[in-house]
Amino acid sequence: MMDHWQRFKASDLFYDFKRDKVAIVSFAVFVLLFVCAFSAPLIAPYNPYDPANIDIMSSEIPPVWMAGGMDDYILGTDAQGRDLLSTMIYGMRISIVIGLCAVLLQAVIGIVIGLIAGYYGGKLDGFFMRLADVQLSFSYLMVAIFVSAVLQAAVGVGRFAEIAVPFLIIVIGLAQWPQYARTVRASVLAEKKKEYVEAARVTGFNSHRIMWRHILPNCMSPILVLSTIQVANAVMSEAALSFLGLGMPVTRPSLGSLINAGFEYIFSGSWWITAFPGLLLVILVLAVNLLGDFLRDVLNPKLYKG
Amino acid sequence: MSVLLQVEDLTVNFALRTGDLTALNGVSFALNEGERLGLVGESGAGKSVAGFAIINLISKPGYIAGGRVLFQGEEISALPQEAIRRIRGNRISMVFQDPMMTLNPVLTIGTQMVETLQAHRDIGPSEAAAIAADKLRKVHIPSPEKRLRQYPHEFSGGMRQRIIIAVALLNDPQLIIADEPTTALDVTIQAEIMDLFLELCEQSRMGLMLITHDLAVVSETTEKIAVMYAGKIVEEGRTGDVVRSPRHPYTQGLIAALPQGEHRGTRLNQIPGTMPTLTRIPPGCSFHPRCPHVMAVCARREPASLPVDYPGGGQGVVACHLFDPQRHDE
Amino acid sequence: MMNDMNDAPSAQTPPILSVRALSKVFDISGGLLDQLALKDGRLRRVKTTVKALNRVTFDIAPGETFSVVGESGCGKSTLGRTVIGLYPPNGGEVYYGGQRIDVLSPRQMLPFRRRMQMVFQDPYASLNPRKRVAAILEEPLRFHHPELTAREVGDRVKEVMEQVGGDVQWLTRLPHEFSGGQRQRISIARALVVDPEFIVADEPISALDVSIQAQILNLMMDAREQRGLTYMFIAHDLSVVAHISTRVAVMYLGSLCEVAPAETLFAAPRHPYTQALLSAIPRLGKKKSGHVRLKGEVPTPIHLPTGCVFHGRCRYADERCVREIPELLEKDGGTHVACHGVAEERI
Repeated sequence: MMDHWQRFKASDLFYDFKRDKVAIVSFAVFVLLFVCAFSAPLIAPYNPYDPANIDIMSSEIPPVWMAGGMDDYILGTDAQGRDLLSTMIYGMRISIVIGLCAVLLQAVIGIVIGLIAGYYGGKLDGFFMRLADVQLSFSYLMVAIFVSAVLQAAVGVGRFAEIAVPFLIIVIGLAQWPQYARTVRASVLAEKKKEYVEAARVTGFNSHRIMWRHILPNCMSPILVLSTIQVANAVMSEAALSFLGLGMPVTRPSLGSLINAGFEYIFSGSWWITAFPGLLLVILVLAVNLLGDFLRDVLNPKLYKG
Repeated sequence: MSVLLQVEDLTVNFALRTGDLTALNGVSFALNEGERLGLVGESGAGKSVAGFAIINLISKPGYIAGGRVLFQGEEISALPQEAIRRIRGNRISMVFQDPMMTLNPVLTIGTQMVETLQAHRDIGPSEAAAIAADKLRKVHIPSPEKRLRQYPHEFSGGMRQRIIIAVALLNDPQLIIADEPTTALDVTIQAEIMDLFLELCEQSRMGLMLITHDLAVVSETTEKIAVMYAGKIVEEGRTGDVVRSPRHPYTQGLIAALPQGEHRGTRLNQIPGTMPTLTRIPPGCSFHPRCPHVMAVCARREPASLPVDYPGGGQGVVACHLFDPQRHDE
Repeated sequence: MMNDMNDAPSAQTPPILSVRALSKVFDISGGLLDQLALKDGRLRRVKTTVKALNRVTFDIAPGETFSVVGESGCGKSTLGRTVIGLYPPNGGEVYYGGQRIDVLSPRQMLPFRRRMQMVFQDPYASLNPRKRVAAILEEPLRFHHPELTAREVGDRVKEVMEQVGGDVQWLTRLPHEFSGGQRQRISIARALVVDPEFIVADEPISALDVSIQAQILNLMMDAREQRGLTYMFIAHDLSVVAHISTRVAVMYLGSLCEVAPAETLFAAPRHPYTQALLSAIPRLGKKKSGHVRLKGEVPTPIHLPTGCVFHGRCRYADERCVREIPELLEKDGGTHVACHGVAEERI
């Protein structure tokens, strides 16, 4: 372990990271938000899921520095009287969980299909790539609207809230796998021509082993870069779906549904219910995207020679 | 015979994050008018850098750190970029390894040649086209007028290299610097291209600086050889002398390492180790860790360039302590 | 040593490798849309194919260094890869130790994978950049000999590493930490670690510097002696081929022109193409003297010439050469030549 850490400290990646202020700041912001989100029960002042904290009487209290603000609610409360800061922290946890899981799903599907399409080529490749084209020509919103309509009809609107998280993960995950498949396929095509793959074949290894143990590790750089971008995209997609009312219910709000919930009050003066979750979303997505840019510049998958 | 090109103590550094690297370390040589010089070395020896430095084409992070280049008595290393550009492609031409790097794939050969001509001379398009066709004929390209209207991809590798040479000839240069001009080509085509260089040099008393890793090609084509190792010229002399009786241990090793048809199937004479990368040039003589004749002084002091005599009376220069008459006095 | 090098393989020793009428065609026509073409006013599906190998036949005797030479695009690399089973042939047969191997399934092929190995041209692409040298060398060994203990594997890897002039400390490092020559040593070690009998070496030294080339050639010659290896050596550098080969095959446009013991071939080339090729070799310390100039250009292997593939560039070609494909016929001293002119004794 120490050995790995020493090697990492000596690597170009770490050297470039140390010199890139934007990368350091965005990494710090991301880690901070990530830690906050996953220690939500510990650091959030209130538990927004506790019905005891829902109190219409204390709804729409402005942030503490405004007239009428209360010390108990630093960023004020939402329309249901929940502490906005706590709700945001919990909401961010949901957003990040959905984002990461959706990307994991995309990656698993996309990497398997991309590896197979790139390695075997021919008809299999043609089939999967046309499938990817078809998938991409459906907007994920359209798929989500359709699937959620079917689901809500099937399980009932009330119980839909319970399956909202897996629903969002599957919709976002399924919609974006072609990105991974295309990226992986392109790297596999480049790697497949290299002589180390031929050497593995001459040794007698089967295709399975060559694909997973020899080629895939050499495609990791573009996959890593793509993953950061995809996490940011997935968080945005989740927010968009929730904003449209197709995602997380107000009882267990994500950042997107918070923005949506507050949107109704924005012109009645309670701008903070929308503004603060929105700001948090922007910061989160920006940090992830800036990290992705840094990784892309450093790993430069296009020029990557191993 | 007058001196065409004189390079004195030319030094090129690369400014990197870890500090300056010396890619070319005090290189000096001279080339007479109409003379052919071979600059030989393994990859990373600095031979291409030398070629670029002569015409001041070193790109960042590299820079010329010292020395001077005289072309027909004029110090071109001191000229501003604008003035050196007028010399480049005009009085000094360059030919590179990969013709496709030099030729623009979306323009016809004719367009590119006319453009090059008009950049240096005030002539009309029809006159320029006539000159271009004439140069193509000179490099033995059949039906040149028709060929001028074709695109680079319509030519084979050997033909493209001929076209590059024709482009280099456009302004009747006094010197051609050819950087590995035949490395990408097959032997039969290489032989034809080298024939062409010889013929052109002899026809118009043009100087040739042939930069290559291939000692055999150089020995067949040039009159003088300069052998480079780790950014320095270690031996320079008449081609026949250097090839027949090399004096520097590196040149000796290099020549002995070539399979030459004798003693087939036996072990070749190998130089142990590899050439140091620029970041790890050993102190003293940079060849000393690989040298079979290494002495104590070699690790301590960089050898000066010393005059040597070859059997048969030829003169040359060697940078090796073995040839230092004073070394025993120390 | 010199003696058995000069001997042509006698008819008594069964060949280790036999190749009979081997053909390989690559389809480069791309997708269905690219294949559609208008012909005679009708839409047709046209396939564009490269004829990389045309009925190539030869034998390699045990202990030989059999070199295949030719210019770029002549099919010599394809020949090596088809022989070792990286490409399936489109026609013809490959026999190894008397058994036909080109029709075997991957599983049936496994015992041959241990006996036949390959060394590649590009030392920067032939080692997996994500694997440490130890893993690169141990993996084939563990795969073919699952019965070995970790200690035995380690010992064999170390032994091979020492044989190729490497250091035990290399084992913990990644390929990018090595120079081209060192990587080629590791590549050779990977081939040797499964203790093969036969190695296809595809231009193993052409990417290396002159002083390193000699090191690698010496290493290969030492390994041949110590392990009794047979090489199929693919190269374009004729002086190297002249140095290490016992027999040489000259290829042009996917066909063999001439197969002869090295000494005979370099002393007295028979085929007009071989003559032109040999006359073009630059020789150290010789003044440039007239080489045989070939007229024209190498035709593309997409549209092969009729008859002898070389006829368009051959100064001896006559009407028969245009019409009829010459067979590889045995001449005196173990030389085989595919040329009507030589067969008719007019060259």
